[in-house]
Amino acid sequence: MAENAHDLEAVIGLEIHVQLATRTKMFCGCELSFGDAPNLHTCPVCLAHPGVLPVVNEQAIRYALQIAAALECEVAPRSIFHRKNYFYPDSPKAYQISQYDIPIAGAGRLGDVRIHRAHLEEDAAKMVHVGESGRIHGSGASLVDFNRGGTPLVEIVTEPDLRGAAEAAEWARLLRETVRQLGVSDVNMEEGSLRVDANVSVRPAGSERLGTKTELKNMNSFRFLQRGVEAEIERQRELIAAGGTVEQETLHFDPASGSLTSLRSKEEAHDYRYFPEPDLVPVAPTEQMLREAREALPELPAARIERYVGMGLAADVAATLAADPATAEFFERTDAAAAGAESRTVANWVTGELAAALRQGDAEVTAAESKVEPEALAALVAMVQEKKISHGSGKAVLVVLVAEGGDPAAIVEREGLAQMSGEDGELEAIVAAAIAANPEAAEQIRAGNGKAIGAIVGAVMKETKGRADGGEVNRLIGEQLGT
Amino acid sequence: MAELLELTVAEAAARIAATELSAEEYFAAWQAAAAGDQLNAYLYRVEHPVDHQAMDGPLGGIPVAVKDIFCTEGSPTTAGSRILEGYRPPYTATAVRRLDAAGARVLGKTNMDEFAMGSSNENSAYGPVLNPWDRGRVPGGSSGGSAAAVAGGLAPCAIGTDTGGSIRQPASLCGIVGLKPTYGAISRYGMIAFASSLDQCGPLTRDVTDAALMLAALEGRDPCDSTSVGIEGGIVTPSREDLKGLRFGVPGELARDSFEPGVRAVFEATLARIEELGGEVAEVALPSAEHGISAYYVIAPAEASSNLARYDGVRYGMRSEQAADLLEMYESTRAEGFGVEVKRRIMLGTYALSSGYYDAYYGQAQKVRTKIAEDFSTAFGAVDFVVTPTSPSVAFGLGEKTDDPLSMYLNDFFTVPMSLAGIPAISIPAGLAAPEGGGAELPVGFQIAAPAFAEQKLLEAAYALERAVGFAARPGGGDG
Repeated sequence: MAENAHDLEAVIGLEIHVQLATRTKMFCGCELSFGDAPNLHTCPVCLAHPGVLPVVNEQAIRYALQIAAALECEVAPRSIFHRKNYFYPDSPKAYQISQYDIPIAGAGRLGDVRIHRAHLEEDAAKMVHVGESGRIHGSGASLVDFNRGGTPLVEIVTEPDLRGAAEAAEWARLLRETVRQLGVSDVNMEEGSLRVDANVSVRPAGSERLGTKTELKNMNSFRFLQRGVEAEIERQRELIAAGGTVEQETLHFDPASGSLTSLRSKEEAHDYRYFPEPDLVPVAPTEQMLREAREALPELPAARIERYVGMGLAADVAATLAADPATAEFFERTDAAAAGAESRTVANWVTGELAAALRQGDAEVTAAESKVEPEALAALVAMVQEKKISHGSGKAVLVVLVAEGGDPAAIVEREGLAQMSGEDGELEAIVAAAIAANPEAAEQIRAGNGKAIGAIVGAVMKETKGRADGGEVNRLIGEQLGT
Repeated sequence: MAELLELTVAEAAARIAATELSAEEYFAAWQAAAAGDQLNAYLYRVEHPVDHQAMDGPLGGIPVAVKDIFCTEGSPTTAGSRILEGYRPPYTATAVRRLDAAGARVLGKTNMDEFAMGSSNENSAYGPVLNPWDRGRVPGGSSGGSAAAVAGGLAPCAIGTDTGGSIRQPASLCGIVGLKPTYGAISRYGMIAFASSLDQCGPLTRDVTDAALMLAALEGRDPCDSTSVGIEGGIVTPSREDLKGLRFGVPGELARDSFEPGVRAVFEATLARIEELGGEVAEVALPSAEHGISAYYVIAPAEASSNLARYDGVRYGMRSEQAADLLEMYESTRAEGFGVEVKRRIMLGTYALSSGYYDAYYGQAQKVRTKIAEDFSTAFGAVDFVVTPTSPSVAFGLGEKTDDPLSMYLNDFFTVPMSLAGIPAISIPAGLAAPEGGGAELPVGFQIAAPAFAEQKLLEAAYALERAVGFAARPGGGDG
């Protein structure tokens, strides 16, 4: 039965491979590297010479435990490794050592998405196919670089809790930020240290049953992830609307053409002949290892966002700050120093005015790296709040602070930016002069056209070099024109 | 010079340590003996003079024949297979390094059934090894070259590997001592894997004392092998002279007609010796042991199918010249490189692990394995040792069983249960018996099994029994 394409709800789950930034490989002592000459970092173990045995990298276990703690996963008291058997030159043993039915981390959660599991495994070597196609078919020869072979990986599998392509990409960004802040991976999608596969299916909205899923492989940016998933949802909706059915298969998304091509169907799926790896003993983390993993956790983005929203920050401002712990830290120090100002205002200055001033500066530096001290920014925000200087002057002072650092009050003094108050009559005189110089505008204001006030305000601001308070100027114009 | 070759390892090492004997002279004598190999026991012999520096240690100056399944840096290592022809490993196995550290030196690499799969040494890609007692007969397998070298006067001692009996059975058929230690006692690093959860290195020697000396050097935890633990307290030279207070269990399931009459007679006589030494012989129950062979021939091939998948022609060893693409390269290399028995077990194992069959075969076999281990646990509550003949028969004729794999597999009937349980077991020569079809008498081995890591106790009992049995026969080297 054909269904209306738009009554079909998308259901998405993600599988994320995270390369751990340990010093050495998962099962041998070779150093990890990226971009070194091929096959420089190899040994009998990672080349699978006869007789070699794997030894588990303890640092990889610790990193996996940190990821498990960050994702609030249950940790298995004794997880075990299996062999996943398949023939291919990127797998020198002809099996990958991976975790299968008892992974190190079970059910957990990040944000609104439930984690199904996270397990440890080793990465394959890198294949380079010589020839134009760049793929194995039609190439004259294939080369294998075993530098990457044996790099520790944590594979994180979510429950199918995502409902849209944009939502999936956004959640994947949160995951990357979370893992990055743990310091356990470089999480660089282009270099492949973070790789995302998506399982996509559609079903009638409101249905509990899952539709047949397809798997989208290795989209190497969040943008491609979103576009790939969008394209696949659309394809499935159209297919079903036209009376067809979705076949279980693995798909490759080509970002250049936007097309999806089938890598293999269900019938072509491998029989990996999993069995417990007899060369390794179970991974049984000690209480101390578990405690150390928990204690090593920084405040992670999801928790930080929640806390900032609780402090009154807008959600998008909170997310911007949480994505960069150093900037978040800068915000918190500024907020603590700015006793009189609301946190929301301070946050807006950090993500708005200060970010803009930093962009104008010569060097690309973050707030925390800049010459602007949190106490200086706090003092500046207070001066604006207390109307000692205008908002425009505040921005001008920030530009100077970014360039030179120092004390904002001294800069205000030096540059003569102190707010003109109406008290000494100086501003009244300037307003009167501006009205006199713009008779047409004055006439229109009297006639009830409020918009015309802009010309007179502009003239006053020009004369005062922005030092006048906009509200006070408006009030004086109205007073003098009798409106 | 012949006198030098008569010394046991313990005697030679003592004389070398006392500078009564020159290590160079002793090693050269064995090199000359090994060069006269007419049994096809060696695949490779060290012919250059060895470095005699730093040969201090309990095995100082002792030459060792090493089964060709152990990687030795820079020298050929084939595991008896065509697929590793020309392969020279870039590293040395931990077991060999430990022998080296104890002062021993490699004399050569010994022939074996391809990838240790076999009970007759007829599965070697480099030809069968001949039994020094009768060159028309097999030496047993898979460590047939190591056993024949020690029995045939081509090496003072050897190491081999035992997965389901591959040290004990050839030791039995060649009339020497063969010890399979507890799984985990000796590192497997550098030992080419057949069935990883069963493989264990062990010594093949002329007597129990030499076996103890070698085990003392070999055992120990190795950071390169996560499954190795070593033997707590180490191993010392055995000295026990009686068996008072020790109980020896004979499995009630051991059908006395499941082995040759000559073997039975030697077995019964040995039980009588035990009692003479003050030991007690009792019956024990090992109800699951009879399923050992079935479980073993699922588990071992399953692990082998995975362990042998790396021989693909990509990185080392043989690569077929017949291939047009990747798949053909895999297929031709493996078709040309592996022998019949290896292919049979790879197919068996691949099938046993396949989706939909795993539970029925591999899963079930693991349950049997657990049951067998529990049987032994229970038995060791009542007795100190479990004893059986090592092999159901004396050495059989070359070619006699090659067409009947099942009959060949039954050679392991008495040795496989201990492998599945991971416990130590030793075979000592207990006497001679005529083969069933008639002919000159051949050695019969007596197997003693002990609880895990009870090697010292096992060696003490074996030592006492060895003295009482007084097996002194030597192969005549007849040719059938």
